[in-house]
Amino acid sequence: MFKKTAIGAVLAIALAPAAALAAEGEQHVEDFAFSFEGPFGTYDQNQLQRGLQVYTEVCAACHGLQYVPLRALADDGGPSMTDDQVRAYSAEMFEVFDEELDDYRPAIPTDHFPANTAAGAPDLSMMAKARAGFHGPYGLGLNQLFKGIGGAEYIASLLTGYTGEEKEEAGALFYENTAFPGGWISMAPPLFDEQVEYADGHANDVRAMSEDVSAFLMWAAEPKMMARKQAGFIGVVFLTILSVLLYLTNKRLWAPFKGRKTD
Amino acid sequence: MSGIPHDHYEPKSRGEKWVESRLPIIGLIYGTIMIPTPKNLNWMWIWGIVLAFCLVLQIVTGIVLAMHYTPHVDLAFASLEHIMRDVNGGHMLRYVHTNGASLFFIAVYAHIFRGLYYGSYKTPREITWIIGMLIFVLMMATGFMGYVLPWGQMSFWGATVITGLFGAIPFVGDALQTWLLGGPAVDNATLNRFFSLHYLLPFVIAALVIVHIWAFHTTGNSNPTGVEVRRTSKAEAEKDTLPFWPYFVMKDLFALAVILVVFWAVVGFMPNYLGHPDNYIEANPLVTPSHIVPEWYFLPFYAILRAFTSEVWVVQIASFLTGGIIDAKFFGVLAMFGAIIVIALAPWLDTSSTRSGRYRPMFKWWFALLVIDFFVLMWLGAMPAEEPYASFALIGSAYWFAYFLVILPLLGVIEKPATPPATIEDDFDAHYAPNVGGTKTLPDTNPAE
Repeated sequence: MFKKTAIGAVLAIALAPAAALAAEGEQHVEDFAFSFEGPFGTYDQNQLQRGLQVYTEVCAACHGLQYVPLRALADDGGPSMTDDQVRAYSAEMFEVFDEELDDYRPAIPTDHFPANTAAGAPDLSMMAKARAGFHGPYGLGLNQLFKGIGGAEYIASLLTGYTGEEKEEAGALFYENTAFPGGWISMAPPLFDEQVEYADGHANDVRAMSEDVSAFLMWAAEPKMMARKQAGFIGVVFLTILSVLLYLTNKRLWAPFKGRKTD
Repeated sequence: MSGIPHDHYEPKSRGEKWVESRLPIIGLIYGTIMIPTPKNLNWMWIWGIVLAFCLVLQIVTGIVLAMHYTPHVDLAFASLEHIMRDVNGGHMLRYVHTNGASLFFIAVYAHIFRGLYYGSYKTPREITWIIGMLIFVLMMATGFMGYVLPWGQMSFWGATVITGLFGAIPFVGDALQTWLLGGPAVDNATLNRFFSLHYLLPFVIAALVIVHIWAFHTTGNSNPTGVEVRRTSKAEAEKDTLPFWPYFVMKDLFALAVILVVFWAVVGFMPNYLGHPDNYIEANPLVTPSHIVPEWYFLPFYAILRAFTSEVWVVQIASFLTGGIIDAKFFGVLAMFGAIIVIALAPWLDTSSTRSGRYRPMFKWWFALLVIDFFVLMWLGAMPAEEPYASFALIGSAYWFAYFLVILPLLGVIEKPATPPATIEDDFDAHYAPNVGGTKTLPDTNPAE
């Protein structure tokens, strides 16, 4: 009986936890198919570079990325730009305040992306980990167990979730959005079709750009994901081999006492 | 150390004699790892090793993390990102440490429920049980304070809610809460002392673990039959037991390796599954998250805390009888701590003379219900405090207390237990035969003889 209880226990522990935001209303987070999903999912370098372009040309106007160092753009498992590209990109795109100079200067790769609080918009460094998809059913977290936490899906759903409805409240404009908790968001629809011209000729409708920038933000939040999954895979393989060896050792060790009962 | 008759260590070489006559440490280690262990232990007896592993894992990863962490409200959140992005292997260290806490609690709950089912808490192991419950409480304190350190939204608001519990204590509550926090609200002073204590408590736990092991090495391990190892002679004791090394060390290591496969898969593939997204938002005293939830391992007790609202008649009676001193909030706090205290009192609440649940036909069902109750409460703890969850939580909490305070004492009187085997040897022989014929896997000598 205990064995069954224990199995039930393990299952329930696996299912119970992330049952968090259950009461958020009729939020709809679409299940986008990202390349980085699942144990073997990887970032798509080209997509990350396109997403960086969308971030730089659109989002960066209001949103900072203060925890992400610019040099990370050249890291393995990221957009994998060359050092020269990163240097040029940093200097061209961003100015940072240098305390020693007591003045602004062009950014260099060792700087972080600047913070940006001008419009009161949240920093996006960890946004893809600070939001989540559907936790259900019944708050059991099953959906997330199979489909991932859903932060990138949330961002993409939000960017594609504008209905076009607007309302004014207390002097501020709100835009109806099917992914946003409560349904009304103060951010105006940031993307429109063909807003960003991709160098690789990739589709640049709102949906494609949303996916790209969401993938980029996932990387920004979890830059070591590919290294982590690799370590995870190697660890699981080695520990499995170790388990088999220990099983055989244990069986052999106990063999003199645990003979098969014949009667 | 053990009361079970067995061979003691005799120093042989000159070097061993030199050491042993000055400090009998080799004998102590020998006695500890060669302890006669009931040979019928099943797979629920592996959690002790898992727990010891977790403690070491958490201390080692924690010490390295502390080298890169900054306990200051303006810098803590950024220092976590520094660990995640800049420190070599920092993201793995951090994910191992956070998920290590979850493994620690999975193991401790399995360990506790094993003890509850097989009656491990019963005489003569009450002290082992009490020390174990102290370790459990310290683990919860350590886990709670550790969760505050990243200084995310859940860190801050979790700390605010939980320290608020102390504020519910009549008369001294406010003063106590201020003293605990080091100020009127959760702030830098709080973060600093939580960091200090989060570093200290694991070593207190380690000391208690030694006492825990010392205690059960004196009484001997319990086992699935609940029948004690025969101590009348060494020959009889050896028929009931095998030395811990190598038999149980290998068995436990195998189990640990299997568990680590799953653990490592979680760390590698879904390290944030057991966490909360809001903790990736920096703490902001001005913005309350829409739904404050503690870590999963606190949820059953959190559900009990929230279950007792002012609409519950028990609470109303308590409030009336004490002239309002015990209000709903304080009642909830008492219930939450009470839910842990009743576990600690199990040795005295259980009146049955049969130790193991295996031979208790009625107990089995009530126990199964308790396990289900635990998981239902865990689920309810994560749900919003509204109907129908509130009613469910009340029923679940009531059963939790009823199990310990009513069912355990009554069952000992009304239940007719089956007869356990006379000896551990009988139980073992009922399942296994000595290996005769076939391939000899080991030399004939039985190390236990």
